[in-house]
Amino acid sequence: MRIAVLSGKGGTGKTLVSVNLAAAAAQALYVDCDVEEPNGHLFFRPEKVEDTPIDVLIPKFDWTLCNGCRVCVDFCKFNALAFINEHPFLFPEICHSCGGCAKLCPQKAIQDVPKNIGSIKRGTSGSVTILSGIMNTGIASGVPIIHQLLQIVKEEKGLAVLDCPPGSACTVMESIRDADYCLLVAEPTLFGMHNLECVCNLAKVFNKPFGVVLNKCTGEENPSETFCRENHYPILASIPFDYEMGRLNSDGEIAVRRLPAYEKLFRELLNTVTLKTKRLCA
Amino acid sequence: MKQLLILSGKGGTGKTTLSSAFIYLSRARAYADCDVDAPNLHLINRKMGTPETSNFYGLSKAKIDQSKCNWCDICMENCRFNAIVFENNHYKVDSLACEGCSLCVELCPLQAIESIPTVTGELMLYRSPESIFSTAQLKTGSGNSGKLVSEVKKRMKEAAPEETTLAIIDGSPGIGCPVIASLSGVDTVLFVAEPSLSGISDLERVVKTARNFQLSCAVCINKFDLNPERAREIEAYCSREDIPCVGRIPFDAAVNRAINQGLCISQVPGPAQAAIETVYQNITRLMELAS
Repeated sequence: MRIAVLSGKGGTGKTLVSVNLAAAAAQALYVDCDVEEPNGHLFFRPEKVEDTPIDVLIPKFDWTLCNGCRVCVDFCKFNALAFINEHPFLFPEICHSCGGCAKLCPQKAIQDVPKNIGSIKRGTSGSVTILSGIMNTGIASGVPIIHQLLQIVKEEKGLAVLDCPPGSACTVMESIRDADYCLLVAEPTLFGMHNLECVCNLAKVFNKPFGVVLNKCTGEENPSETFCRENHYPILASIPFDYEMGRLNSDGEIAVRRLPAYEKLFRELLNTVTLKTKRLCA
Repeated sequence: MKQLLILSGKGGTGKTTLSSAFIYLSRARAYADCDVDAPNLHLINRKMGTPETSNFYGLSKAKIDQSKCNWCDICMENCRFNAIVFENNHYKVDSLACEGCSLCVELCPLQAIESIPTVTGELMLYRSPESIFSTAQLKTGSGNSGKLVSEVKKRMKEAAPEETTLAIIDGSPGIGCPVIASLSGVDTVLFVAEPSLSGISDLERVVKTARNFQLSCAVCINKFDLNPERAREIEAYCSREDIPCVGRIPFDAAVNRAINQGLCISQVPGPAQAAIETVYQNITRLMELAS
């Protein structure tokens, strides 16, 4: 079973929910898909970490073969190639690694060469296996790392919790493509509500069943809760605004492993999601 | 016109709260929301009326003409994005996966594939006699947000009244293409950091990313009192990296209340409001805008 945890807005508690959900299970795989700013490993402090570098292919030019025909430059839709001093010149950070220039070069002057963009780390913490994608700084897109992560997840059986990046763009789409269920985490603000609406739409685009977890609930007005009630979206859990938990969380501690009340809350949430998913996938 | 970009690496640290306060305090003539994935600044800016809207076309997506396709498989074999799928005995383009490189269009021996321009977002420009506000919303599930961010900034610059001295740009979370696109051309970046282990890691990564652009940088710590030790760690990091730390903002329940009423925090007196004003004064001094 694959559960994707997402939220349009950043900082609503995706990592809090995914880390604790995985920690509440008897056995789980926690997957950090927020490759730009991965934080899950800071909580789990995994042991026996194996590191796999992730490369993409970018073009390399053989100047002795290039005759300056410009086919590659004219082809590149991403404007990653410029024609300077009668030769094509690559801006590697813009290249999408489509492989087109190498394929189309009539002189066979272009070769695909690997370029490292980050890595995937795998380790364990108690009953949880941690899989973290991490993109190098200065790289434009971590999508290939997410692809690789999801490929690994596909081969795993059992429970996998996917901690998704914020937003509703390409990186998030990749993360939820293979999910069985989506958990949407929302804050009790108008911002939270607006972004919750965006991810609800995203889950619908992908035809994924979803439920909402309300976080930082203060007992005051909660626009996200109102939004769920009005649209009949299921609210699966409400996590209170709690200084003690906030404190633990900011120190990179896992609430489920420290506070019995949260162990209960996340166990119940996991049960609810498991039951729903089983029913929906049956 | 000087441009101030507010960034954070991690989402939810208070970029939009700070941006809206700065817009209020500086009576900014031009501002923009570059978080095109999840824009929020317009929610506290409801007095600007109806925006001028226009479609944003991202890269064209491939489309296969079934009547011409003879299943040669060349498109699927060469697509690096796994965007060609074989379904119900047809080769099809998964338009969510297609990145628009158009290699399949070039390689198809039967010219059965075409590139179709696709709307991937909506640009919005609000104008009032006092100011202009440029923003956009990426269509759900679309990629290419870096290009959309560049367009939002371009529109802000073009529409900005001549006498604009300071433009305020609300950034997007992360360190990837939208952030890189927001960074280009700005004068100063203010990073909003949260006092947590995650917040510190995120700050370090976004600072590293921004450093490639050789801009002037500053940091402020939001909700510092939720974990004062981590706040001190951030300050220590800043002094090691030689980045001015321009203020600490306490946690204040008034912030959420203000947001939910569509107000900016500077309109709601309290500890956060006062601290943000100090951050604003420090940053304008840093940018040599203070009179």
